Amino acid sequence: MQRSPSHRTFDVIAFEAVSKTYSAGGRPALSEVSLSVQAGQVFGVIGASGAGKSTLIRLINGLETPTGGKVVVDGDDVAALGVEGLRALRRRVGMIFQHFNLLSGKTVAQNISFPLRLAGRPASEIKARTAELLERVGLSEHAGKFPAQLSGGQKQRVGIARALATNPKVLLCDEATSALDPETTEQILALISGLNRELGLTIVLITHEMDVVRRVCDRVAVLEAGRVVEEGAVEDVFLHPASDTARRFVREADGEVSAAGVDGRLVRLTFRGEATYKPVLGEVARATGVDYSILGGRIHRLRETPYGQLTLALTGGDVAAAIARFKDAGVRVEDLAAGEGA
Amino acid sequence: MENIDWAEIGQATLDTLAMLGGSMILTIILGLPLGVILFLTGKGQMLENRLANGVLSLLVNILRSVPFVILLIVMIPLTVVLVGTSLGVAGAIPPLVAGAAPFFARLVETALREVDKGVIEASFAMGAKRRQVVLGALLPEALPGLVAAATVTAVALVSYTAMAGVVGAGGLGDLAIRFGYQRFQTDVMVVTVVLMLVLVQVLQMIGDTVVRKVSHK
Repeated sequence: MQRSPSHRTFDVIAFEAVSKTYSAGGRPALSEVSLSVQAGQVFGVIGASGAGKSTLIRLINGLETPTGGKVVVDGDDVAALGVEGLRALRRRVGMIFQHFNLLSGKTVAQNISFPLRLAGRPASEIKARTAELLERVGLSEHAGKFPAQLSGGQKQRVGIARALATNPKVLLCDEATSALDPETTEQILALISGLNRELGLTIVLITHEMDVVRRVCDRVAVLEAGRVVEEGAVEDVFLHPASDTARRFVREADGEVSAAGVDGRLVRLTFRGEATYKPVLGEVARATGVDYSILGGRIHRLRETPYGQLTLALTGGDVAAAIARFKDAGVRVEDLAAGEGA
Repeated sequence: MENIDWAEIGQATLDTLAMLGGSMILTIILGLPLGVILFLTGKGQMLENRLANGVLSLLVNILRSVPFVILLIVMIPLTVVLVGTSLGVAGAIPPLVAGAAPFFARLVETALREVDKGVIEASFAMGAKRRQVVLGALLPEALPGLVAAATVTAVALVSYTAMAGVVGAGGLGDLAIRFGYQRFQTDVMVVTVVLMLVLVQVLQMIGDTVVRKVSHK
C-alpha cells in the first residue's frame, strides 16, 4: 500500500458516522459507521450474515439511503444528489452480485452492453466496447449464449464485464464469490485483483469469508451487529486480530490451536516477508539450548506477502534469550502465557 | 347431421374469431398497463402507493367477482353508449373486455412478481431510469409469464364469447344456444362444441410454443 508521493491518495469513499434503520424504532442495520477508502485500494468488509454488510455496500451507490450521517463517493454526498446526479454516480460505480443478477432473456453480449444502452451511447461505440469487454473477461466465444447456458464462474464474468462497461472508478462486489466453488472463486478473485492492478480500480467487497479478504484486500473492516469493531491493514487484522469477531473469522480460516496440558512457555511467533523463509527456529534453538514443540501454525500469503505464524511451547535452555533472538531476527513474539487462548 | 347448415356454422366461426381477436387486442391494451401499475404500486415496489393500489385492486376485484353472464346484461346500456348497439360482434366486445382485462391484469401482476428482484436492483445499480427498468428489464424478463397469461386469457375469452350468445352476440355459442339447446338439435350442439374445443386447443398450442421460444431459463 506504499504509494509514490507523486500519486496523490484521496478518499474515493468516505462514511461519516453513517447509520441506517429500516423501520422506525427498530434495531439499526448500521450504527455510526465511519470508514474511508482510498483511490486504488481493495477494501474488504467482513461480517456474519445480518451484520449490515449488504446495507453498507448499497449505501455507496445509493440503493439505500442513510438515516444518519453522510456517505461521500467520488466527491459527491450521495444523499444530496438528484435523480440525474445519482444516475451519473452509478455509471462511475459498477456493482457485481452474489447471484449475478443477469437478464435471463438477453444474451451475454446484450447483458454486457445493457448499461451502455441505458446511458444512450451510440451503437458503434456499444459494439466496440462490448467486444473489448468480452475479450477482457475471456468470454468472446460465448457472446451469443444466454446466461442459463453458462457456468457460475462464466456468469460472474459477464457480471464483471457488465459492471465495467461504463468505465467506472469503483467496483462494488456484493458477496461476489459466495455462490461459487473454491476453484472458480480463485479465478474470479484473480480477475478482480487484476482489475485493481491494471485499471487502478478502487474495489469494495463484502464477504463472510476471511480467505477472500486474505487473498485480495489491502484493508479490511470487521462488522458486527451494524458496528465496525475493527479496521486496519489486512496483515494486521489477519495476524493480530484485536476483536473477538475478527479472531473468530481468522480461526475459521485457519483452524484452532489447542494448548491444553502442554508444559513450557507458550509463545506465538509471526514471520512476515523474507523472515518467513529463513531458518530462524533452528538457529535460535542451537544457540540458546531451548527445545520447542510446535502446537500450531500456518504459512501462507497475504496477497503477495508471505507470512508464517507458529504457536510454540518453549522448554529448557535460556527461554528469555531465545525470545530476544527471535525479536532480533525480525520475528514478532507474543507471549500466550498471559491467558490468551491462541 | 340433418340440421347442420355449414354456411351458418362458417359464419358463426368467423364471428367467434372476430370477437375473440377484437376483445383480446383490447384486453391486452388495457390489461397490460393495468397489471403493470398494480405491480408497481404494490408494497415494496418502485412506485409504492397504497391508495392507488387499493383503488385499482378493488376495481379489478369487483369486475372479477361479477359472473360474466350478469356482466353481459348489466353492461348493456354502457355498451350501447360505447359502440351504438348491444348486439352482434361489436356489441359483445365491451363486456368481453370488461370481463377479461381485469383477469389479465391480475395474471400480469403475478407474472411480474416472479421476476427476480436482484435483476431489478442490478438495473438500478447500472444507472437505469424507472422507465428503463420497466421497459428494458422488468417486462422482457417477465415475457414468458406474460405470454402464458395471454394464452390463459384467450382461452377464457373463448368461453366468454360462447356466453355472449345469450344476449344475441352471434358466434358459435349463439348457435349452440339457439339451435342446439332451444331446438334440441343435438348435432349442431356437438359440432359447435367440437369447433370451440379445437379453437382452445390451437390457442394453447400456439401459446405454449411462443413461451418456449421466449424462455431462456
